[in-house]
Amino acid sequence: MTASIHVDLWQVAASLVLVALAAAISRWQRADLERDILVATGRSIVQLTLVGYAIKVIFEADTIWLVLALLAVMVFFGAITARHRADKVPGSFGPLLIALALAGASTLGLVVALGIFDPTPRYLVPVGGMVIGNAMTASAVALNRLGDEMAESRARIEATLALGATAREAAAPTVRRALRSGMITLVDSTKTTGLIFFPGTMVGMLLAGASPTDAVRLQLILLYTLLGSVSISALVATTLAYRNFFTPAAQLRELEDAG
Amino acid sequence: MLFELADVGLDRGGRAVLDSVSSRIPEGSTAIVGPSGAGKSTLLRLLNRLGEPDRGHIYYRERALDSYEPLALRREVALVPQLPALLEGTVESNLRYAAGLAGEPLEVGETLARAGLDPSFAARDVAKLSVGEQQRAMLARALAQRPAVLLLDEPTSALDHAARDTIEAALGELRRSSEISIVLVSHDPEQARRLGDWVLRLEAGRVAGCGAPAEVLA
Repeated sequence: MTASIHVDLWQVAASLVLVALAAAISRWQRADLERDILVATGRSIVQLTLVGYAIKVIFEADTIWLVLALLAVMVFFGAITARHRADKVPGSFGPLLIALALAGASTLGLVVALGIFDPTPRYLVPVGGMVIGNAMTASAVALNRLGDEMAESRARIEATLALGATAREAAAPTVRRALRSGMITLVDSTKTTGLIFFPGTMVGMLLAGASPTDAVRLQLILLYTLLGSVSISALVATTLAYRNFFTPAAQLRELEDAG
Repeated sequence: MLFELADVGLDRGGRAVLDSVSSRIPEGSTAIVGPSGAGKSTLLRLLNRLGEPDRGHIYYRERALDSYEPLALRREVALVPQLPALLEGTVESNLRYAAGLAGEPLEVGETLARAGLDPSFAARDVAKLSVGEQQRAMLARALAQRPAVLLLDEPTSALDHAARDTIEAALGELRRSSEISIVLVSHDPEQARRLGDWVLRLEAGRVAGCGAPAEVLA
């Protein structure tokens, strides 16, 4: 589907000029992000180089077990990363881990079962990475919102519990808003794709010499796959995590218990 | 006896909010009075298990409170919080939600009237009500569940005199009807005198008096 292109190290090095520009803007406007930009650049070089070698090994080994191991590692670190953004939700790691694992397994399973992609490392590794990465962002945003909403709506939730509502009934409007927050970014960017920005896969394929038709078709498949994974991860994360705000007797836990 | 408190204690942030509270709350209308921070609202929340004591026992109609299923208990012992916290929608949708939870039939006009609201309030958006109207809508919502006991946390603290008088008149009617027992938290001894047959006085989380209003509030 694509013609392979070669990228020299000097080309990568040259692109660092734009990193320097970003750091200069931060310094000039006192945004205090120079250190973060440096760390982000360093980490991106190290992480992508390491994962590049890992993918090379996995492609050459051509076994599904290595792919599954890599995806499991991504799910684990994705849940750890998302937990930091969901720090107002007590015990968020478990719900996030389950949400990412379910989102990854169900969407990848479905695209393979429907015959869209072959179950080979060349497809499963990059698509799995995108699916889990987007699921992580969505579930982190959803739980971040859940934490804020549970704090803001505490009086209304407790007043609803006081009527004999279950924890699920009392938290339903809050959980709904959190789920919406997790999904809305991708829904909005899907609406504007092609008009305001060109998504990464399409750009990558065009740069690599693929035909525009192929690039667009693959991009559409990926956007719809991501919509599925983002919905599943946000739904599972919020559905599991809201329970941690309540005791088994449907009482709101004290907020200082969170973390 | 409606409630019996046996050596009830509760700590928050290393401080005893309630300390060895032992007392009785009879059927009828009881006012829990005391200065701010005395533990009045905390005690009220324990009575329908929105919270649990760290020490001691609470009995409701001679049975340990924690032996009741919490959701069923809360539909029977309804709590109206100090600040209005209605669900989005109309007054009627709030009443229907509460009645539906309790599995009770709802007569909207009659329920509103018992809370001192006329029938036109049914279709009003709760976001457009004044605080006093919201507080009465909260009372109506609790009454829609036909509870046996009404727990009221400072029901008039944020209201002007006119709104306070309307709520007190509605509570006076409920008290006279004798269908519902009322436990009312108030920082105002005069209100306790007007609405209470029995008074429990708390100070710094401890019982400072319990009995007829004339004795405790003298």
